[in-house]
Amino acid sequence: MTALRILVPVKRVIDYAVKPRVNAAQTGVETAGVKMSMNPFDELSIEEAIRLRERHPTTVTDILAFSAGPAKAQDTLRTAMAMGADRALLAETDTELEPLAVAKLLQRVVKDEDRNLVILGKQSIDGDAGQTGQMLAGLLGWGQATQASAVVVGEGGRVTVTREVDGGEEVLELGLPAVVTADLRLNEPRYASLPNIMKAKKKPLVKRAVADFGVEVGARLQTVKVVEPAPRKGGGKVEDVGGLVARLKELGAL
Amino acid sequence: MTSTNALRYEVRQIYKNLLYLGREYPLGYDYFRPRCHNAFMSNAGLTDPEKIKEGIKRAEYVKKEIEALYYVKKYRAMNQAYGAATQ
Repeated sequence: MTALRILVPVKRVIDYAVKPRVNAAQTGVETAGVKMSMNPFDELSIEEAIRLRERHPTTVTDILAFSAGPAKAQDTLRTAMAMGADRALLAETDTELEPLAVAKLLQRVVKDEDRNLVILGKQSIDGDAGQTGQMLAGLLGWGQATQASAVVVGEGGRVTVTREVDGGEEVLELGLPAVVTADLRLNEPRYASLPNIMKAKKKPLVKRAVADFGVEVGARLQTVKVVEPAPRKGGGKVEDVGGLVARLKELGAL
Repeated sequence: MTSTNALRYEVRQIYKNLLYLGREYPLGYDYFRPRCHNAFMSNAGLTDPEKIKEGIKRAEYVKKEIEALYYVKKYRAMNQAYGAATQ
């Protein structure tokens, strides 16, 4: 069986349990002093890579975790390594990257590190763009299976991916190299325990500046304004049917 | 004596692991820590190695339960935000 060299990109995002607040300048979401953690969809993709290795111990030769973000994203990469990734690579930048920029960085990493399988989360819970995996597959010219709910690697490097679609399941088969993005019910990610976090500190983590990748990462989109959604207005009560009809007419619904 | 000393290390390890897990406890670390501490202190007098091993097993079980609790909590939140019903 072909050796699998897996790349798992992870993103450091505001923790899923935190309610995001828009900053005073309305340019984005407040991140100072807010709890950050790994994007839950990326936990799924890390877990899937580890499970692939547990099922095919000799086939999966290397699992590389990658992140592009601030220096603090190292913690996220350590968590990835505590879960079971072998090593990590950080592209350091203090600016927020757009999906296309991330895809270009990933394309570079795939070339440099000779990867043949990329498992990504289907989207990040902060930007919710859900574009990086698709763009990466397009840039590389590889097959892609998005929003996987099951991944099986068979003989001869055929990857069978099950996806949950409206009214049933869709099964895709694709050859390596491939890009797979993880959906919510792909697996149950393990908890990065204290002993494993300690062990992960000894695993290699390479830091490089984004500029070293020789990739155009400038912003193409301009954020005009970020505002909170309008608060929900409560409903009202009517006395009887007549009142209901009158009220509906008043609102122009009848 | 040596066997209880080895167990002493194990007990400390599982206690540390539980405290680490407790930092994310939904009711807060301030709720979790005293209760965890009391649970361990109430068994501080154990000298029989078998009894201590039983205690360690129970602690391991609690650890698994807490990990499962965190998983379910996260899954529910994610399912509410991104599950099939919302799309």
